[in-house]
Amino acid sequence: MDGVNVVELTIVVVLFLVVTVMGFVASRWRRAESLMHLDEWGLGGRSFGTWVTWFLLGGDLYTAYTFVAVPALMFGAGAAGFFAVPYTVVIYPLVFLVVIRLWSVSHVRGFVTPADFVRSRFDSPGLALLVALTGIVATMPYIALQLVGIEAILKAMGVEGELPLIVAFVILALYTYNSGLRAPALIAFVKDTLIYLTIIVAVIVIPSKLGGWDAIFGAAEEKFSAGTGAGVLLPATGQLGYATLALGSALALFLYPHSITGILAASNRDVLKRNMSALPLYSLALGAIALLGFMAIAAGVTPIGEDGNTIVPVLFQEMFPSWFAGIAFAAIGIGALVPAAIMSIAAANLFTRNIYKEFLKKDATPRQEAQVAKVTSLVVKVGAVAAILFIDPQFSIDLQLIGGVIILQTLPAVALGLYTRWLHRGGLIAGWSAGMAAGLLLLYNIPRLGPDGTVVREHFGGSSFALSELGLDVSSSVYAGLLALLVNLVVAVLVTVALRAAGVSAGVDGTADTDYTAEREDPSFRDLPDPLESAPPGAAGEARARG
Amino acid sequence: MASASRPPTGGPGGTGAAPVRSDRSPWNWLLLVPIVVPLIVPFYNRVEPTLLGWPFFYWVQLLFVGLGVLTTVLVYRATRRSPADRAAARAAVARDAGGRDGGH
Repeated sequence: MDGVNVVELTIVVVLFLVVTVMGFVASRWRRAESLMHLDEWGLGGRSFGTWVTWFLLGGDLYTAYTFVAVPALMFGAGAAGFFAVPYTVVIYPLVFLVVIRLWSVSHVRGFVTPADFVRSRFDSPGLALLVALTGIVATMPYIALQLVGIEAILKAMGVEGELPLIVAFVILALYTYNSGLRAPALIAFVKDTLIYLTIIVAVIVIPSKLGGWDAIFGAAEEKFSAGTGAGVLLPATGQLGYATLALGSALALFLYPHSITGILAASNRDVLKRNMSALPLYSLALGAIALLGFMAIAAGVTPIGEDGNTIVPVLFQEMFPSWFAGIAFAAIGIGALVPAAIMSIAAANLFTRNIYKEFLKKDATPRQEAQVAKVTSLVVKVGAVAAILFIDPQFSIDLQLIGGVIILQTLPAVALGLYTRWLHRGGLIAGWSAGMAAGLLLLYNIPRLGPDGTVVREHFGGSSFALSELGLDVSSSVYAGLLALLVNLVVAVLVTVALRAAGVSAGVDGTADTDYTAEREDPSFRDLPDPLESAPPGAAGEARARG
Repeated sequence: MASASRPPTGGPGGTGAAPVRSDRSPWNWLLLVPIVVPLIVPFYNRVEPTLLGWPFFYWVQLLFVGLGVLTTVLVYRATRRSPADRAAARAAVARDAGGRDGGH
């Protein structure tokens, strides 16, 4: 154990123990009659107010990926890494009107997952299965990515081996199993407080040590002037890629199951609307975090063992006293635990509702559902740990970007479905298939270039697709996810038109128009949790007992 | 952002139909501003004018965060429901939270 920074490690361990205790105590917070119900275990009782939702969604959307990978991207690629800021600016006005409709219809009908909604809206268990599988597959690498964040701080502290990582995740798995969504909601308070504290101190202390912002941007300028393409500004050919990546990522983020879990846990529509204005505070913090990448350049930070993700921890070590570096590391570490917990819960909800209950055990009771979800959340975490032991952390961003490309393919069914039923279920399935194929084909054909312009990796090297590959005479590239979504939409429309012409049944809409604007006080509103039935209603007009 | 208007295909069974409401409002068009502006990259991809040593590219994008907040606050305020509706909503939340510790 030589080479380990004892002060840092002690502080991280102590704070980790604090949140562990909170994670277990959370089961008694905002007490439920029984946690053995998906509305309670998987959605925290669907009763979170503005503050809790702000912390929960903030902890959910701005993950360890934020703290580690974005500055690493700035460090390596310059201005292109700053896309995270416009991405998290455009997202809130973009989904402002969408999430409230999803919230309303889900509360009236008892939907727990986006796939529940799709099943009922388009009367298609098959389409719902595709949405559920897409969600699970896109979420898995995202959970693994959180581990990369923890790994980076462990490396910086000089801790060797995979054991600490596994221990951290076992503990996380246990309190998530025990408390459900209440655990990350409660821990998010600690996580976000630590993160804001770290950021505020960092943007004050580090520039003063490095000789001001001029020196920081100057050092970045100097570093990139030698290389190719990267710079403190975007190259002219990089502007389209920057904008489309920001837009595509924004469209994708609220399609992720873990974001929707956070949305559905809110207690009413106003909570969500207010949060669309309050959550951007995290985007400001994200801008500051991104610039840590340039600060690392100015400070002459060298990453540990070629791992770019370690630059922020190393920078903190060089700039802060050990005790504060420990706090900053705890912020990153706990920042990984909160989203990992929510993601595993979201994946477990999807499996339980849309695979287990739909195809394996039609008559599952709410108690059985909750039990299956709890066990699934454990399995998902084991999978994530296994993935991280076999995957090079260097590809964490790419994995997450691939996940973004595939989750985007659920947009026509989930987001457009909230507004219109015009697209036929068959068209949506065909569109999804075409979009997935196109997306994976595009990603497969993107090479990764090294700093000297040589090909480092042949395939899956990134998410920016060069338009010249399509035979266009331009040197810009565009976010592959948007291209794939375009293919998806075109196919969905064409197949819809064909199926209508052929007179194929579009199924029965299981939702009513008034569901989409329902408020908490409406008579149509379910008492939660509904003790008699938690199944998503199938055909329209299915009678449901209400208390 | 139009919602499809079709005859309801059977509301939830039970104790009365939900009131008919709409999320439509001309104010919603304002939301396009903070969506479109940050995506016009050529407009801000430059160094001058700098602010406290920050190139324009960086500080103006942080300014867009404020633009987004301003717009969503404005739209939320403009499309808020009547005080009576809001009081009913609060009462409903309190009712649902009954029996919980720390429900509010």
